[in-house]
Amino acid sequence: MSTQTKKKAEAGADGERRLNMIEAINDALDIMLERDPDVIVMGEDVGYFGGVFRCTAGLQEKHGKTRVFDTPISECGIIGVAVGMGAYGLRPVPEIQFADYIYPGLDQLISEAARLRYRSATEYIAPLTVRSPFGGGIFGGQTHSQSPEAIFTHVSGLKTVIPSTPYDAKGLLISCIEDNDPVIFFEPKRIYNGPFSGFYDKPVEPWKRHPQSEVPEGYYNIPLGQARTVTEGEQLTVLAYGTMVHVAEAVCRQKGVEAHILDLRTLVPLDIEAIEASVEKTGRCLIVHEATRTSGFGAELSALVTERCFYHLEAPVERVTGFDTPYPHSLEWAYFPGPVRIGEAIDKILSE
Amino acid sequence: MADRPDGERKAGSNKPALALHVPEPKYRPGDTVDFSDLDIGEPGKQPRPDEACDPSEMGELAYGLVRVLGDDDKAHGPWDPKLDPETLRTMLHNMALVRAFDERMFRGQRQGKTSFYMKCTGEEATSVAAAMALASDDMVFPSYRQQGILIARGYPLIEMINQIYSNKGDKLKGRQLPIMYSSREHSFFSISGNLATQTPQAVGWAMASAIKGDSRIAATWVGEGSTAEGDFHSACTFATVYNAPVILNVINNQWAISSFSGFAGAERTTFAARALGYGLAGLRVDGNDALACFAAQQWAANRARANAGPTLIEYFTYRAEGHSTSDDPTGYRSAQERTEWPLGDPVMRLKRHLIAIGEWDEERQEKMDLEAAERVKAATKEAEKNGILGHGLHHPFRTMFEDVFEELPWHLREQSKQAIREREIKFPEGRPNA
Ligand SMILES: Cc1ncc(C[n+]2csc(CCOP(=O)(O)OP(=O)(O)O)c2C)c(N)n1
Repeated sequence: MSTQTKKKAEAGADGERRLNMIEAINDALDIMLERDPDVIVMGEDVGYFGGVFRCTAGLQEKHGKTRVFDTPISECGIIGVAVGMGAYGLRPVPEIQFADYIYPGLDQLISEAARLRYRSATEYIAPLTVRSPFGGGIFGGQTHSQSPEAIFTHVSGLKTVIPSTPYDAKGLLISCIEDNDPVIFFEPKRIYNGPFSGFYDKPVEPWKRHPQSEVPEGYYNIPLGQARTVTEGEQLTVLAYGTMVHVAEAVCRQKGVEAHILDLRTLVPLDIEAIEASVEKTGRCLIVHEATRTSGFGAELSALVTERCFYHLEAPVERVTGFDTPYPHSLEWAYFPGPVRIGEAIDKILSE
Repeated sequence: MADRPDGERKAGSNKPALALHVPEPKYRPGDTVDFSDLDIGEPGKQPRPDEACDPSEMGELAYGLVRVLGDDDKAHGPWDPKLDPETLRTMLHNMALVRAFDERMFRGQRQGKTSFYMKCTGEEATSVAAAMALASDDMVFPSYRQQGILIARGYPLIEMINQIYSNKGDKLKGRQLPIMYSSREHSFFSISGNLATQTPQAVGWAMASAIKGDSRIAATWVGEGSTAEGDFHSACTFATVYNAPVILNVINNQWAISSFSGFAGAERTTFAARALGYGLAGLRVDGNDALACFAAQQWAANRARANAGPTLIEYFTYRAEGHSTSDDPTGYRSAQERTEWPLGDPVMRLKRHLIAIGEWDEERQEKMDLEAAERVKAATKEAEKNGILGHGLHHPFRTMFEDVFEELPWHLREQSKQAIREREIKFPEGRPNA
């Protein structure tokens, strides 16, 4: 398991500014710390060291120790104090080192942050953005690989956002920080350094060859609740987010399937219009996520598509997911919903 | 009453303006390190109270430092456990073996044989000596840096390496990250990656042992950084409320990845002193002094076995290497800290003690080190026959679905079939150990 990255911002062949996802996140934080004196970045190892994945590198030095700082190892404390800072009027952006370690903070998130606006009738709000790397594919074993997004989408009052490219990571993170509601921002760590095709035995592509690594300088935002069309296609709709956007895209390309791939970007609130429009056009829908299957976010998507597009469907909605087991270490690639699993599901949908 | 005008909030109307303190370690990369202001007390000077004493009498022990081995390499004072030379040699041997093991496994990770490894260099005494002071069936709930306990309890090296390589010989079926061992046979609890969760579990095990009128006690190990987790504070509360026969070992190795102990509160007080507030016995010991480590653990074990109460022990030590193979400590701390650490190296200190009492010599030390390295090498070779990570020799795919529940429900049966079908598509010729 490796958390270190050595690359620095590089210009692509076309001279454009190319960033990997870590640099794009760092850029967003930097800009928001600059623009808004109420933004606070904190978490385990995020201060002097700049985070175990380097997402906050250089920020403490630039913005000072009371804006960017390390915290005790207490996820409950980190999220709890963020709620308190939010009540004062700050805009904290806590980092949880791995999504697998967010659980000690769940009470503060679920019972407190998510309901503060409602229970105080807007007297108090919790405008925090909890950033956390999630997902597998780095041989991290069961405690560095989980995708717990559905736990959060199930909670009323929390927004859940997952970027899949450097460009989106920056624009979405800026929107999350500006949002007045608590947001969980999950960063797919497998694609921090490059888009992962799912063909794990092939060399990793760096971001700089990907068009979405073109990240303009300065402020821009991507509104929450808007999906992104990754590829246009008539044969089927693929709903995905995070790492699986790239895996699904690679599989469709390899199979020569023309899919309308939607990168959801925001799970709550969901871009239901984009989903409906696409499924009404294609009549077939595949949902792909890395998280476990049972009660996963795919179940929600499947229910929505079935409820709202039933008469347009020409085949049952299919879900491709991780298996309902903890993330195994040695059998990581057997667990991962890779090209074979996705390919089979596509064949099945198209054969109906 | 506040001495600021009511409703007057602007900065400065409170004098001085409120200011946030963010801890900062004394030394950063490149800094010259000087530990001369660190109060490490004197060997042999700490009193050794009766094991049944009241925690309120333990102030000196919770704020001071129990030390036995002096600069003259002799044992001093009432905490000298007076171990016979054979036991001391075994202790030295275990610690040297841990070090040799760490060296080789670290290299193995660098050579791509596995994904991850964590050394305990400089902290060997805190697990080896402590484990030797317990009965072999006292239950331990370790964190990830206590490989010394397994080695002290005679767990076969090959089993450890099989686990590290996640290969087909791994008793944990390749499911866990390397070094997250488990051995019920050695009363060694399954290690979790989630920090501090083991601490209330140890208390619960000890409560169960008390409920049943058993004679076994429980002990847990946790890093100083992890004491910030709520779980640790729950452990302290339950331990004191039920007077549980448990020992809470806090390994203060000064660093939690890149965060120094100040981020767990060490700028204000000691970790052992936390005990007193909870009504637990509290001991602070030199973690690089194997005799002090043994003596403290033995004191706490006696106390627990006498139903006299739980103990929190802080081992003051230093994490000599990086946090793990994923970490590069040159990015956040001064390399001089290790060499300047005023309490030396635990293996060297015990070796010098044995020599000082005429029970050891350099020649035997050299031979022992060589044998330890050979033993690890042989076990590594043997384990490699079962495969290394990512080279096909793993447990069969169906095992991925076993043990989620006692029995396989329908959905896991279906998913298991799918995994096997996928394997056949991926590897039509079949793979070894399919
Ligand atoms: C609940 C939880 N939060 C965060 C982490 C990530 N993490 C792993 S080890 C570590 C540092 C622990 O430091 P310490 O407790 O001092 O033990 P040491 O590594 O020094 O032995 C952190 C933050 C984790 N494993 N679990």
